[in-house]
Amino acid sequence: MTKTTPLWEVFIRPRNGLSHKHVGSLHASDKTMAINAARDVYTRRNEGTSIWVVPSISITASDPDKADENFEPSEDKIYRHPTFYDIPEDIGHM
Amino acid sequence: MSSNLTQALLELADDNLILGHRLSEWCGHAPMLEEDLALPNMGLDLIGTARTLYSYAGTIESNNKSEDDLAFLRDEREFLNCLLVERPNVNFAHTVLKQLYFSTFMKLYWNEALNSKDEIIVGVAGKAKKEMSYHIRHSGEWVIRLGDGTTESNKKLLEAVDALHIYTNELFFDTPNNIYFIKKDILPSRKALKSKWEKEINSIFKMAFVPYPEFEGELSGGRLGLHGEELGHLLASMQSVHRAHPGAKW
Repeated sequence: MTKTTPLWEVFIRPRNGLSHKHVGSLHASDKTMAINAARDVYTRRNEGTSIWVVPSISITASDPDKADENFEPSEDKIYRHPTFYDIPEDIGHM
Repeated sequence: MSSNLTQALLELADDNLILGHRLSEWCGHAPMLEEDLALPNMGLDLIGTARTLYSYAGTIESNNKSEDDLAFLRDEREFLNCLLVERPNVNFAHTVLKQLYFSTFMKLYWNEALNSKDEIIVGVAGKAKKEMSYHIRHSGEWVIRLGDGTTESNKKLLEAVDALHIYTNELFFDTPNNIYFIKKDILPSRKALKSKWEKEINSIFKMAFVPYPEFEGELSGGRLGLHGEELGHLLASMQSVHRAHPGAKW
């Protein structure tokens, strides 16, 4: 089945102004069928205003075995978080 | 006169309900999960349209029937759907071809119905036209891929055309119930849609490498309540819960 209908990753934009979010994957023979299937599988409950589909094979992922060297070095650098500023009250929610 | 409008509305509602039920039969049985959701999705569109039409038909009839009465408590001979929609699913090729035939017709129909002088009809048409556009896209893309796919898929599609095309002429029959309302600009003429329908089906058939069927002739009778044996089985299954538990609510 994967041979004739490869895997696609589906991204949905819930509202204008928000970015497309990964929601899951599906099988389809080509991009037209993938968009149709994404519409049927992932937008039945009014979840979206726009759909992207990407062949899963086109996605390059980081190596899980390299998670330590990739991500641990940032753990102790809390000064990179923008939490050391006093935000004036007039600015409101940020 | 008002009972004629009831009958004309029942023709439309029955087409939508019966094909909607046929699509729901795929739930849990479709060839892939994506279609297992897509086919009942389309079924729900059709059943939604049927519900609005039944409710409307129930209010204009003097004995005040509910949509459930009309859907679940009429017998086979009282159903006025065309024969095409009650044809069994058989396989995926039959299912998507039937869907293409019907949704192409209904999109043309609802498009004309937008000019109706009846505002409920206009309301139904506005919503259903968009749904039909998607049904055409979904089923049309599948017809193209089955026709232009493997030897096996092409063969199955051609068998479906052989089996189903003969039922399509009935779609274009302006029944006596309709003619008065066509003249009054309340309902569109079905007959007038035929050449456009043939053109649209032909353009998809070309991409699917399906020769457009040349034969003349038709199988019809659904609009008179004369159905194939399969409708009885469908109704027995569809109506069983309501008949066993009259008045039951969710």
